[in-house]
Amino acid sequence: MSDLLLKLAEAVEFGKVDKNAPYPPQLKGQDGASELTQQALEEGALPSAILQDALIPAMDKVGQKFSENKIFVPQMLLAAKAMGAAMFHLKPFFQSGDIKSKGTFIMGTVKGDLHDIGKNLVTMMIEGSGWTVIDLGVDVPSTKFIETIKANPGAVVGMSALLTTTMTSMQDIVADVRKEFPDIKIIIGGAPITHDFCKQIHADFYSPDPQGAVKYLKELAA
Amino acid sequence: MKYKKLVIDNPQDLLFGLAPKPVKTPRGLEIGGGQVYSELNFTLPTMSINENTIKEVNRHYAEIAEGALQRALDLESKGVVLEFETLLEMTKTPQIGIDIVKIMNDICEKYYQKHGLACEIRLTPNDLREFERPALQRTSKLLEPMFELFDKGSLAGGDLLSIESTGGKEVSDSALMMCDIKGMFFAMIVLGVRDMQFIWKKIVEVAEKNGKIAGGDSACGFANTAMVLAEKKFIPRVFATMVRVISVVRSIVAVEEGAIGPEKDCGYEGPFLKAITGIPISMEGKTAACAHLSPIGNIASACTDLWSNESVQNIKLLSGMAPTAYMEQLEYDVRLMNVALREGKASASLLKRLLEQSDIYTDPQALVLSTENVIRISKKLIQGDTYIENAKNGALEALDIIEEALASGQMKLPEMETAYLPLLRADIESIPANESEFVEMMLPVLDQSHFILSEYGL
Ligand code: B1M
Repeated sequence: MSDLLLKLAEAVEFGKVDKNAPYPPQLKGQDGASELTQQALEEGALPSAILQDALIPAMDKVGQKFSENKIFVPQMLLAAKAMGAAMFHLKPFFQSGDIKSKGTFIMGTVKGDLHDIGKNLVTMMIEGSGWTVIDLGVDVPSTKFIETIKANPGAVVGMSALLTTTMTSMQDIVADVRKEFPDIKIIIGGAPITHDFCKQIHADFYSPDPQGAVKYLKELAA
Repeated sequence: MKYKKLVIDNPQDLLFGLAPKPVKTPRGLEIGGGQVYSELNFTLPTMSINENTIKEVNRHYAEIAEGALQRALDLESKGVVLEFETLLEMTKTPQIGIDIVKIMNDICEKYYQKHGLACEIRLTPNDLREFERPALQRTSKLLEPMFELFDKGSLAGGDLLSIESTGGKEVSDSALMMCDIKGMFFAMIVLGVRDMQFIWKKIVEVAEKNGKIAGGDSACGFANTAMVLAEKKFIPRVFATMVRVISVVRSIVAVEEGAIGPEKDCGYEGPFLKAITGIPISMEGKTAACAHLSPIGNIASACTDLWSNESVQNIKLLSGMAPTAYMEQLEYDVRLMNVALREGKASASLLKRLLEQSDIYTDPQALVLSTENVIRISKKLIQGDTYIENAKNGALEALDIIEEALASGQMKLPEMETAYLPLLRADIESIPANESEFVEMMLPVLDQSHFILSEYGL
């Protein structure tokens, strides 16, 4: 990998968004993910190589460090921000078909439920692993999931629920979505959710943490 | 802040079961009047709440109250508080919540009349305003059903009124995840304080009109969330400690507006409130492991007046229904504290010391809850001319306490944690004490689409 891509990977791993960003202190004043991506493109690097060789491995490392409790969420969020700054320059190549996203992931906290911290972590990690994420927010009804799936054929759906009284809302939404899209893959999670519940409501996969969801999606995309 | 002097300024006087301003309830509890009582919190198992299930919902709450009170009676309890924290549907359609209060209150009355068991209901409607984003804190239509529930629910038997209000949460949600302490100050000490002034005036009005008790408001969505995230190792414990300390300045506003306690259980800011204002408090620790884990299992009870468990689902365990089992756990803890109190100051102080020492140096969040440190920090929390200055002073004192414990070798924290200490200090010191200056400083760095200043009177 070229020096430039190595530097870009480092910028993403340590959350250096752009030159002006004060964080991390050890990279102060240096180019960040935004400038480095632009330079790489100007020097003729393939957009897909930038994504596959620099950005995704950097986010993989971040995910790994997070799983091993070596960094906290803010470091992960900054890395995701740096990745976002790089992706901004790659966007046109997704549109032209030069690079392909691993797929689209539609995520929301189910109707009646406002807990969103876990959901946000899941979306961030999935985005970092190369998926295009559509975050529908909280209190999301079946209709919104269905409408978004229609607009994004082939997408995978993720749902989060934290209340015992919204687990049934999750069950209803899974059923509604299944009615229209019998083969769609649905991943669920949240503190009260279990494997048994996943089976019971005919979702495809339950993960107790974001890492499990990322792994499952990786296998799906393979 | 109204308070310029601590009501309790000696750590030895900050003790479980004893509050300078005890609260008497209609059925004879004297909270903070010399003994600790259990406060049971419970919730539904997996089910939805709608027309078709409402009978079953009501049956669950009747079963919970009946089972818990019978167990309390069997264990010769001196009194119990049942906390009814409503779920969305019960506040949106207040009649659902009101009916549940009635059902449980009839059971309380039966146990009181028949067996002399003193039991009361704490009614905690959920803050519906968080369903709207950006939140309409002052003009939301959702305030109507919330206050209908406060009003009619209190008349139906919800004698203690509380809430976990959410003013400022639209800013704190992301500030928490970014460990942005300035953002947390803005969320809690600017927006939160202003919203507390607004909502607690109204709650106190209802309480006074109906002859009920305005309890208190915990910073659940802020400080408890921080603790849960730190326990999952998502954010540093030292950061969660700062959030907890500054949450005192937000939660004390309920008392300034007329709340008299007991402060709510998931507000571990309670000990500070007790020292500053003298009101009785409720706390949860090891007994709340059914709802979330925590690093303060024992120390949380050191100066509490009600001992609680957060929510437990009404599901069957081998011993019986879970709320009944939790009632028993709470009762045994409370019995121990009460026997210590009866034996006199020496026994009570010994038990308190053991509860404190078993946790104190295992986590900075426990460290700041030792009664000695509560008094030290509380003195600083009232030192200042503005809420912001109060919060700054308290937070900086807590940082000093953490650094002293590290320097003495009594507490150990990994480098990942200690690296945050100088950053937190610098950030906190940079906050201007004047509210308008602080707002001016923060507005350019915050996503202003998330909140509406005029909804906070700004
Ligand atoms: C798609 O694939 C996947 C894969 C993995 C997935 C996934 C999807 N989704 C999640 N995961 C997984 O990955 C994440 C990272 O590891 C994890 O996500 P989690 O979300 O589990 O974990 C987060 C990172 C950290 N955890 C959390 O953020 C939740 C912690 C607890 C303490 C909690 C919090 C913080 C809050 N709450 Co709420 N809250 C509780 C919670 C206790 C608990 N045991 O969970 C719980 C869930 N709440 C409860 C209650 C009662 C309520 N809450 C309410 C409000 C709030 C706050 C606003 C104060 C705050 C939420 C802040 C926010 N922005 O989300 C109210 C309801 C609002 C609503 N309609 O949703 C209210 C009704 C309280 C009230 N009366 O106002 C209880 C549930 C009771 C029940 N019947 O189920 C509760 C157990 C606490 C309690 N009181 O005992 C995994 O589950």
